[in-house]
Amino acid sequence: MTTKLMGQKVQRTEDQRFLRGQGRYVDDVHADPSTLHAAVLRSPHAHARILDIDMSDVLDVEGVHVVWTYEDLGPLSPEMAEPLPLLIPHPDLTQGRTQYALARDEVNYVGEAVAFVVAEDRYIAEDALDKIKVTWEVLPAVVGIEASRAAEHLVHDDVPGNVGARSEQNTGDVAAALARAPHRLHLELDIERSACTPLEGRGTVARWDADTNRLQVWTSTQTSTGVRAAVAVKLGLDLGQVDVITPDVGGGFGVKVMHPWPEELLVPLAARLLGRTVKFTEDRREHFISSAHERGQVQHIDVGFDDDGRIIGLDVMFWHDHGAYTPYGLIVPIITSTQLLGPYKPEVYRVVFESIYTNTVIVTPYRGAGRPQGCFAMERTMDKIAAYLGKDRTEVRAANFIQPDEFPFDQGLIFQDGRELEYDSGDYPASLVKLKKLIGWEEFPALREKMAAEGRTVGIGLACYVEGTGVGPYEGAHVHIETSGKVKVATGLTTQGQGHATVFAQLVADELGVRFEDVEVVTGDTRRMPYAVGTFASRAAVMSGSAIHLAAKRAKEKALRIAADALEVDEADLEIVDGVVQVKGSPGTRMDLGTVAVLSNPLRYAFDEASKAATQFAVGDPGKPPVAEDDEPGLEGKDFYSPQRATFASGMHAAIVETDPDTAEVTILKYAVVHDCGHLINPMIVEGQIHGGVAQGIGGALYERMAYDPSGQLLNASFMDFLMPYVTEIPDGIDIDHLETPSPLNPLGIKGAGEAGVIPVSAVVAAAIEDAEGFPITAMPISPSDLHTLRQEHTP
Amino acid sequence: MSEELHRIRLSVNGVTREVELPARRLLSDALRHDLGLTGTHVGCEHGVCGACTVLVDGQPVRACLMFAVSAVDTEITTVEGLTREDGSLGPVQQAFAECHGLQCGFCTPGFLTTVTACLRENPHPSHDEAREMVAGNLCRCTGYQNIVKAVERAAELADPQHPDGQRPVGQQPDAPVEVQR
Repeated sequence: MTTKLMGQKVQRTEDQRFLRGQGRYVDDVHADPSTLHAAVLRSPHAHARILDIDMSDVLDVEGVHVVWTYEDLGPLSPEMAEPLPLLIPHPDLTQGRTQYALARDEVNYVGEAVAFVVAEDRYIAEDALDKIKVTWEVLPAVVGIEASRAAEHLVHDDVPGNVGARSEQNTGDVAAALARAPHRLHLELDIERSACTPLEGRGTVARWDADTNRLQVWTSTQTSTGVRAAVAVKLGLDLGQVDVITPDVGGGFGVKVMHPWPEELLVPLAARLLGRTVKFTEDRREHFISSAHERGQVQHIDVGFDDDGRIIGLDVMFWHDHGAYTPYGLIVPIITSTQLLGPYKPEVYRVVFESIYTNTVIVTPYRGAGRPQGCFAMERTMDKIAAYLGKDRTEVRAANFIQPDEFPFDQGLIFQDGRELEYDSGDYPASLVKLKKLIGWEEFPALREKMAAEGRTVGIGLACYVEGTGVGPYEGAHVHIETSGKVKVATGLTTQGQGHATVFAQLVADELGVRFEDVEVVTGDTRRMPYAVGTFASRAAVMSGSAIHLAAKRAKEKALRIAADALEVDEADLEIVDGVVQVKGSPGTRMDLGTVAVLSNPLRYAFDEASKAATQFAVGDPGKPPVAEDDEPGLEGKDFYSPQRATFASGMHAAIVETDPDTAEVTILKYAVVHDCGHLINPMIVEGQIHGGVAQGIGGALYERMAYDPSGQLLNASFMDFLMPYVTEIPDGIDIDHLETPSPLNPLGIKGAGEAGVIPVSAVVAAAIEDAEGFPITAMPISPSDLHTLRQEHTP
Repeated sequence: MSEELHRIRLSVNGVTREVELPARRLLSDALRHDLGLTGTHVGCEHGVCGACTVLVDGQPVRACLMFAVSAVDTEITTVEGLTREDGSLGPVQQAFAECHGLQCGFCTPGFLTTVTACLRENPHPSHDEAREMVAGNLCRCTGYQNIVKAVERAAELADPQHPDGQRPVGQQPDAPVEVQR
């Protein structure tokens, strides 16, 4: 019997390609001198009116093929002259605004696309950009949440108070709940902007095939089908004329789910016009100033609780800086407002948020997508309650946990997918026991004493979270067993390094009974699976994993039916082992899956030895049609998985940090994670996701911030100035323990794992620094100079 | 204003190739777009991330900070040149696979070339030295600890004195399950 692969640390198939330099990222497609290259003129001002654009010198630059401003787009395609789509409308987003592919009259952030050039190479295209002369009327810029709320100036003239949306959810009368609580506290918290910053930036390649009247687009995206639909609409093409292929993607972390980027439309438009392959690859500065950021929020919290720390009323108001436009709707603040509750069940909860405009880069989900902020709010609150009551921080959390016998647990709110926020399963008390052991919670006082004797200051912190993963609406899969016995699997969502080719092959090998090495997985190619949503919200394993499992089951059912017929045995007596269909207990009666595939497709023409077995004189009952009415030729299985609601993974992190008495440098000495994503498909990959998430979380907690000046210039738009962690900033080893509470919502009992690592890190690090220093930490990230300033403020 | 082109020879992975380039063409762009060696990746174009690292006469160099014309008369090794002649993975590549030292794979070529050069200089690094070897390269996916493991594992695989140094790749006692290929 073949070993079951689910749950095993299977080495990744895709690594072979990556390690040999044979990865295929977008900029690697058509990497030859015949490809034309695009470059974009971007606004140097955060807020300005365009008075004039003079391009008279540009076409003189040898090697320039196309120069476009907004005025040129309408004549090429009327839809291109309309604003870019507002992807996720929401009734509360009353003042949604999106930009144009190229700015029309006004720009609202430094980096907004103004003109587009295509030339023989990128060097020449950039030369041409230098020749474009724009006359600007510079307007006052609105930068930061404080300035936006003050509304002394407006980002959009027709949006009063800079408020794009105001939204409220509650589970009861919070004022009454607060009034009856024996104790009350108030917190004001602040989190700065950061960004996904994948090592590979955005990129798009397009080729128009005049012979077939079709467009091929390669783009570094998290949603091929989304880009496909957008390109078709904007270029006035039928969906069936556009293929979008997402090859290897060098990291996404959320930013590549935004679409269409202006370049994802302009490049295909140019390719169609010129009849040449056109490529755009953004540079690092462009990524900083023209893709997307996230995280910036200001939060006010009122909490009422009893003597045990049990929360009676929780009242949260926060302001979410969504930048200059709202193409991705209210997803981030909705997630903050709902996922803030974590594993807890306050008696009454009310949350109000305002999503507000600033003259800065747009905000779209970044790994964790609003959850790190929500977790920060809730966990800082828990710590403050514990400090007020003089209780252990873990006790206060335990007093508020939803208990294992309370699932499914309805939080009484509406989640980001428009469905009830109902947790499917979990065991938070068990997680806490594991975490305390892993970090050494009980032993910490002794460690602190020992360190203090050496003149060292340490602190410990923890934070808990619940993550809604695997949101719908659906994913699909197609499993095709070839006549060679090889299995080709296609699913429409994309991959950005999560090991999909491996974990999906594990699932197919298990279900179908074929060898792992005989399974090949294709993702993100609309030619192979045109119905799909995308890779975000830790949904790939849950959604495509389930769909692939179901599709493999269908292929298997068909294989067994055909084989049973051919072998003249009962289907129920058959099994598939290592790609061979055989009678259980009598493996002498057998047939290769490849042969079954041959028999599944009645042929007129024999093209090789194997296919002779399927021709019209070889098979079939002459009294029946070769393909039955309810059947189809070929050995394939296709299925879709569409869940009622999201799954809810959960976890808890803890850290011990040391703060330097002189330099205020923060060092993480020990980091521990307890993680529950239901059944694990490949623990090696899940742990890799946690490692990466924690590293990004540490970046967000200690280093990463978008340093805008008051005029809206991003002062640290390079890797030299935007500090991302190197190995030197990451603790040497993260302790991980798993808990597996299976999800009842899908056939594999799995939940998503992609974002877990990043969610609680800022809350954990803040708690540990607070514990070390003895004064409240209310703003993140925290740099040594921030900590130094706080020390000054708290020195009597 | 037509650009002056220079006909130069570049020796990459033991093969000499002739190209015609303007003087301002970066080595990274020449490798990728003129020679089609797309294994070398560009992450920042200002020498910080290390994704474009290649070996120039055996020394790690950021290909985005060097002009192609100044690489004449050098021996360049890119990630494509790290694979053994029989097509199997070199020890550093093999170690990264075993230790799950990569996720999206974009920064990986720069790590592989850097570690290859560092291990030649110091074949038996301590744990701290292994960390230092990768301290100049950015990775956004892995959180680094598996990369450090991979450096230590690569040292074992490259060491003929180590029990695994002689062992055919893929047959390491404690390696994760390898069921493919």
